[in-house]
Amino acid sequence: MKMKRVFPILGLLTAVLLSYALYEALVAAPTEQTMGDVQRIFYYHVPSAWTAFLLFFINFVCSIQYLVRPNPVADKVANWTVIAIGIGACIAAFVIRPLPEGIEPSSVATTGLAIAGFYFLIKKCFSQPRTDALAVVTAEVGVVFCTVVLVTGPLWARPVWGIWWTWDVRLTSTLVLWLIYISYLMLRRFSTSGQTPVLAAALAVFGALDVPLVYFSIWIFRTQHPQPVIGGGGSIDPRMLHVLLINWLAFLCFAVLVCWSRYRLEILQREVEETQALEALLEPRSSR
Amino acid sequence: MNFLYAAYAATWIIHITYLGTLVRRYQRLSHEIEELKKK
Repeated sequence: MKMKRVFPILGLLTAVLLSYALYEALVAAPTEQTMGDVQRIFYYHVPSAWTAFLLFFINFVCSIQYLVRPNPVADKVANWTVIAIGIGACIAAFVIRPLPEGIEPSSVATTGLAIAGFYFLIKKCFSQPRTDALAVVTAEVGVVFCTVVLVTGPLWARPVWGIWWTWDVRLTSTLVLWLIYISYLMLRRFSTSGQTPVLAAALAVFGALDVPLVYFSIWIFRTQHPQPVIGGGGSIDPRMLHVLLINWLAFLCFAVLVCWSRYRLEILQREVEETQALEALLEPRSSR
Repeated sequence: MNFLYAAYAATWIIHITYLGTLVRRYQRLSHEIEELKKK
């Protein structure tokens, strides 16, 4: 009941934030000198990509937890691995010298701690069957955001590069990522086996390995895709960065609300399916 | 400029289409719940 009252307020606040972000992107942000107005696609393209990556990361964490939590030994190993990642990242941030160009020690430490934080937060808030539900939700919403990335990218590339698409590492790996999660959703939708959640979780774990490849491809390989504007030696006008972060915040709020609705739908759907299965079991007896 | 508007419009068309599928799924589920309540 409380959620029902909070949801419209959060929806309204998100709508206001999205409108403000749109105004900032189209009007307030300075015009880029070489590309002109078409560069403003960046304010939708990049936040959508970051949101998709975050959702796929949550899907990865949920899938790991769904696989390891029934086995206490595997669960313990996973817990200690995550703790080691958190501590290891903090140590690495201050011990490894020099770090690759554009990578700050604080960002390495924060990433490690965020991974550990996310893992234990999801573990605390969601039971094992619910992690499966959250995995489906984040994969589905992540695919929507990844679709936005794949559509807005070519719309930017056509006027700037003169071509819609090129088989460069960043673009190809993003398309592969999208295809992996589409296959994940198809598996969930059409497989009738009782093992579907386990198979899907295993697929998601392998699928998530593509996310770092997509993200770091422009740092590792020579690609046609623009170099990173944050970190990696790139730079951005502070006013542009401000607009970019506002748009990301707006899309994050939007993604949270969509995930929330989709999660409620998923839980309700599962309850209805359970009731229907129970009814089907009881019906022959009562009709006798 | 056309590409810019096309990109922004495409973004919202994709999101609104997805929200539309969510609404349709909610409606179908509500119908199923009503039928279960009747039994």
